[in-house]
Amino acid sequence: MAVCIAVIAKENYPLYIRSTPTENKLKFHYMVHTSLDVVDEKISAMGKALVDQRELYLGLLYPTEDYKVYLSGQGVCQGGPTVARCTLGSDNLKPLRRKKKEMFRKLHNSYTDVMCNPFYNPGDRIQSSRAFDNMVTSMMIQVC
Amino acid sequence: MEGLTLSDAEQKYYSDLFSYCDIESTKKVVVNGRVLELFRAAQLPNDVVLQIMELCGATRLGYFGRSQFYIALKLVAVAQSGFPLRVESINTVKDLPLPRFVASKNEQESRHAASYSSDSENQGSYSGVIPPPPGRGQVKKGSVSHDTVQPRTSADAQEPASPVVSPQQSPPTSPHTWRKHSRHPSGGNSERPLAGPGPFWSPFGEAQSGSSAGDAVWSGHSPPPPQENWDQTTVRTVASATTAIEIRRQSSSYDDPWKITDEQRQYYVNQFKTIQPDLNGFIPGSAAKEFFTKSKLPILELSHIWELSDFDKDGALTLDEFCAAFHLVVARKNGYDLPEKLPESLMPKLIDLEDSADVGDQPGEVGYSGSPAEAPPSKSPSMPSLNQTWPELNQSSEDTAIVHPVPIRMTPSKIHMQEMELKRTGSDHTNPTSPLLVKPSDLSEENKINSSVKFASGNTVDGYSSSDSFTSDPEQIGSNVTRQRSHSGTSPDNTAPPPPPPRPQPSHSRSSSLDMNRTFTVTTGQQQAGVVAHPPAVPPRPQPSQAPGPAVHRPVDADGLITHTSTSPQQIPEQPNFADFSQFEVFAASNVNEEQDDEAEKHPEVLPAEKASDPASSLRVAKTDSKTEEKTAASAPANVSKGTTPLAPPPKPVRRRLKSEDELRPEVDEHTQKTGVLAAVLASQPSIPRSVGKDKKAIQASIRRNKETNTVLARLNSELQQQLKDVLEERISLEVQLEQLRPFSHL
Repeated sequence: MAVCIAVIAKENYPLYIRSTPTENKLKFHYMVHTSLDVVDEKISAMGKALVDQRELYLGLLYPTEDYKVYLSGQGVCQGGPTVARCTLGSDNLKPLRRKKKEMFRKLHNSYTDVMCNPFYNPGDRIQSSRAFDNMVTSMMIQVC
Repeated sequence: MEGLTLSDAEQKYYSDLFSYCDIESTKKVVVNGRVLELFRAAQLPNDVVLQIMELCGATRLGYFGRSQFYIALKLVAVAQSGFPLRVESINTVKDLPLPRFVASKNEQESRHAASYSSDSENQGSYSGVIPPPPGRGQVKKGSVSHDTVQPRTSADAQEPASPVVSPQQSPPTSPHTWRKHSRHPSGGNSERPLAGPGPFWSPFGEAQSGSSAGDAVWSGHSPPPPQENWDQTTVRTVASATTAIEIRRQSSSYDDPWKITDEQRQYYVNQFKTIQPDLNGFIPGSAAKEFFTKSKLPILELSHIWELSDFDKDGALTLDEFCAAFHLVVARKNGYDLPEKLPESLMPKLIDLEDSADVGDQPGEVGYSGSPAEAPPSKSPSMPSLNQTWPELNQSSEDTAIVHPVPIRMTPSKIHMQEMELKRTGSDHTNPTSPLLVKPSDLSEENKINSSVKFASGNTVDGYSSSDSFTSDPEQIGSNVTRQRSHSGTSPDNTAPPPPPPRPQPSHSRSSSLDMNRTFTVTTGQQQAGVVAHPPAVPPRPQPSQAPGPAVHRPVDADGLITHTSTSPQQIPEQPNFADFSQFEVFAASNVNEEQDDEAEKHPEVLPAEKASDPASSLRVAKTDSKTEEKTAASAPANVSKGTTPLAPPPKPVRRRLKSEDELRPEVDEHTQKTGVLAAVLASQPSIPRSVGKDKKAIQASIRRNKETNTVLARLNSELQQQLKDVLEERISLEVQLEQLRPFSHL
């Protein structure tokens, strides 16, 4: 059910963004950008204690409703430079929380793989990793 | 469709052809187009081809499974020999030459066919001699034809069958080798060169035997041109692997572009050495990056090459990975396109095959013999599987603290785990977040500890807010997991397998009192009950005192419970032997029945908590035949494996009095002592000789020892508490630091 998946760098520009072609890409991009604020807000709200791993998965950021499409976003904060975002759209029930978490975990793992590649400079767009692409594709397709 | 029996040569030939047609490397289904080309090349009329296809079942199934393909090939041979095409003919026609496929494109095959046929001539005589295997091939084929999913397995089955099929023909090594080699082509891509090496090797093997055995026969057929290449004099039986290597050298023209030749491999290894002298070590990512950047390939491609070759995703290259990467670079520079996924011949060696003489090709074989997911436990497969399993693990336990995929042993005692953890992480005064890494990695390296245990330990650590670190947040787990990946990615390579976790089980039977000693010395925080287990109460004392009746003993025992020191603990180590002996004696002497309940009562009594009175009461109550009671009691300890104190007194009625006293004594002791004390006691017990006269002294000594252990444990406890506090303080300070740093990250 992911209609749009994005990985945002700390500097608030996208390292990777992809959406299903049917929908308006620009709209998604806007939504991703605005949801960054929500991410920041949530992180700051989390308080002093749990940093890093514990707040990786921020859960539902903000539900919006558009036509019949539910848009929800989950953010994953890597405690630093990047935020991975996945915007889900669904007509029906929200997908299971576990599934979402699993998706994000996969996303996170793939992202780590990309990072491990010494030829990848942090801050570059993630365009080189086919594995990452495949993973994203699978996420976008499987859920739809 | 009846089963198909193939001779050895036919097997090989068909298998190679199958792999040739298996463009998509499915190993199950051959592409129809290729098959049709092949059949066309067989120079058979179209209707014959159609008939063949129908007979073999392809039209029915819609595709060519392995069995269909084989049958079809056999039918082609039948047709080419002029026999009528019938289902029965595939088996009835003996001495069938191999199907010949003629076409410029298939000239290799024709050559091979010629050679095969020449071989088959050789072997035709053999195969004529050898009766078809008793339905083995048939069975396998038959099963395959039924189950279309099985073609691959049937191929596997066939291959083992083939060595069996013609044992007289060839030494087992050759078919064995062939089998492995055929794996390679069948598993690899279906490029033309692949077909080469496949048939190459087997005809090579065949050629050797053929050349040695029957050159004359070959004169009848046009010797295939490559045969000159094949005229090596190495005997097939000798180092069949080396023959493969030689073939490979010769057949470089037929090479799979992804295969690494020996010279190449040697070159790569040398290059590896320039970066990392230790061949078993890693090349870190940065060094590899520099190295490969020198090749002047675009970064994008290098990145992709890295992605392909870093099999375990650890950011470093092993020798195999490095060779694969280098090979890909070389290929790219020569104009080859990068594959989508790592070719099998480049996959890092997953397992060490027996004939490791196959240097470069092992990966291919290995890759086929077990795709990474299936391969036996080894580094590479374990990595992807670990990667895969982590999400599942995390999913399955959202609320547990599976921080690391390393299994953790469950222990009944939280305290024990706490002790263990604190000890292992030791003075690990790192920040609270890093314990997540450190602890898991420590634990992974040292212990296999269940997450639940760690969770328990987290809980047991009072107020240790790092227990939050063990919370169920799967993201945290995920990140831990991802970070751990590098650990575990390297750990299998770098470290020996972590030592097996200590056995924390407090439940030991009497015979394992030594284990308990060890356990107790290791751990301090065991349940009293568990610790209690140690001194199996039976003091196997060779009691000369023939006490009157059990009745007398019991009350005496009960009274003596509290007062006596534990001589039984001293005698506990000897109990096992005694128990056995006494068992026998008792058995011989008396009946076994009643006292079972007594034991039952005793044991549970003793086990759990401090119920000193209960055993006594139970003893008193259980006044029955002393003999039987003793015996059953003795048998109980011997039998009871729940590591609690087998309190049963030794069966010998003679010793009963003192024994029971001793039993009771240990009960009391156990109840009253702390765990550590028991450890000390245990340790000292074996050294205590069992002698009647020294009971009192021994008891007093044991009391003293127990007290000492008591104090030791208390001290340890306080120290650990102190440690705990220290760690907590550190954690707090680190969190404060973090908080200070945080605002900057938001800018």
